[in-house]
Amino acid sequence: MAEEASAGCTRPGGGPVAEEPAVEEVPTIIKKEETAMIKVGQKAPDFTASGYQQGKFVNVRLSEYLGKWVLLCFYPGDFTFV
Amino acid sequence: MSVDSMFVHKMWDDDELSKMVKGGVPFAMLSDAGGKIGKLYGIFDEAAGIETRGRFIIDPDGVVQGFEVLSPPVGRNVNETIRQVQAFQLVRATGGAEATPSGWRPGKKTLKPGINLVGKVWQEWKTEEAFD
Repeated sequence: MAEEASAGCTRPGGGPVAEEPAVEEVPTIIKKEETAMIKVGQKAPDFTASGYQQGKFVNVRLSEYLGKWVLLCFYPGDFTFV
Repeated sequence: MSVDSMFVHKMWDDDELSKMVKGGVPFAMLSDAGGKIGKLYGIFDEAAGIETRGRFIIDPDGVVQGFEVLSPPVGRNVNETIRQVQAFQLVRATGGAEATPSGWRPGKKTLKPGINLVGKVWQEWKTEEAFD
């Protein structure tokens, strides 16, 4: 049965329910994920992203905004409350 | 920018945000499916699968001058963000000859770092100015 979930400011998530892990035969390769915080004074990592702006779907590349001040804002999700 | 698709951005703007902001959101609402860009900026929450409330000020050379990261339930202060941009713009315009003390906003006194200011900030700037 599905349980009723409360709506908070983070998008509710889900994922696989862990089962007894199979015996690991392959040697584990430790892959370092780049999640370190960036530093002030450092170049902002360039990216491209699709998006929506004023009735149009757009593609944006950060480096196209060189010469301008840019505010890049991340947020938890559309239709969340804050 | 969030992990939502551009289609969801459109619906959010159409259905809700355009009722708060006349004409809808003026800037681009960007999509970061899978949080790849969020990871690059260090603000992606792997466990929740969402971006935390990261805000980056990037100057005309593409250099990050400041950032702020909040957890989801607390919103940003837009006036403070604008104040910071104005301060960075002033510093840039003066080629670093002027710096903005705590509580600075446009029109208030700046400091001119140099040998003559060493140990003399107490004469140039008062603590109350941080709060007014």
